[in-house]
Amino acid sequence: MKQLYTWCAIAVIVFASTSGDVLLARAMKQVGDVGELWRKHGLLAVVGRMMGNPFFLSGILAMTLAFYSLLFGLSWGDVSLIAPASASLTFVANAIAAKLFLHEKVDHRRWLAALCVAGGVALLAA
Amino acid sequence: MTFRKYLVLACVTLCASIGDSLLAHGMKQVGNVSLSHLGTVILAVTNPSVALGIVLLLGFFASYTAALSWADLTYVLPATSLGYVLLTLIAKFYLHEDVMMTRWLGVLLISAGVGFVTQGPERTHHHLNPEADSRNEAVTAEVRR
Repeated sequence: MKQLYTWCAIAVIVFASTSGDVLLARAMKQVGDVGELWRKHGLLAVVGRMMGNPFFLSGILAMTLAFYSLLFGLSWGDVSLIAPASASLTFVANAIAAKLFLHEKVDHRRWLAALCVAGGVALLAA
Repeated sequence: MTFRKYLVLACVTLCASIGDSLLAHGMKQVGNVSLSHLGTVILAVTNPSVALGIVLLLGFFASYTAALSWADLTYVLPATSLGYVLLTLIAKFYLHEDVMMTRWLGVLLISAGVGFVTQGPERTHHHLNPEADSRNEAVTAEVRR
């Protein structure tokens, strides 16, 4: 039963942090290159554009959910399982979500990179 | 990729790994935090390591969002994962911890992943907001002039 709770927590962490990353990425694509916007319109305009974007605020909310799910998960299961499993699965889930929802062209090179980093993170924490 | 963009990616990597380490170090000094003593969490901010850790994590968030404004998510995430490698190198050469062979293999895999992704373009062609695209092009043209 404890193991089921742990894997449920991992699933929620991966879902929430992938949603957060995708929503934030979508918001920032809509805002535009912040470096150039800053030079042109100033910092306040950049902050205003970011805070006024509903995807940005939803992304922050999803990331907060991911953070609290991690805290709950750590109270149910071992950190040596939850941290590497959620981190490495998030890399793969992000590649899938970016292709589906952000329409990024995830070629063989990017798939290989995501899988290498996911495997590497899992090995580092093993 | 310009030097400024490499600098932003380096900022994401360094701020995240050093910020996390400082926060962990500071929270060990503060001690256990329980739900019945939530005031301890507020007092924890006065610890220099925790305070500096929070500043660096704010820096991470600012540089991460900046990177996402000109690069794909599938580029930024693997490209900034060198922080895991940095933490292992700190553990080995600064903290003098024993690093097992599996962890070195992990370092090798992450480095390979970073190498693969940084060989390609940082942004693939996609239109999420044509209005923002044309606005960005106008701003870019004006800045270049």
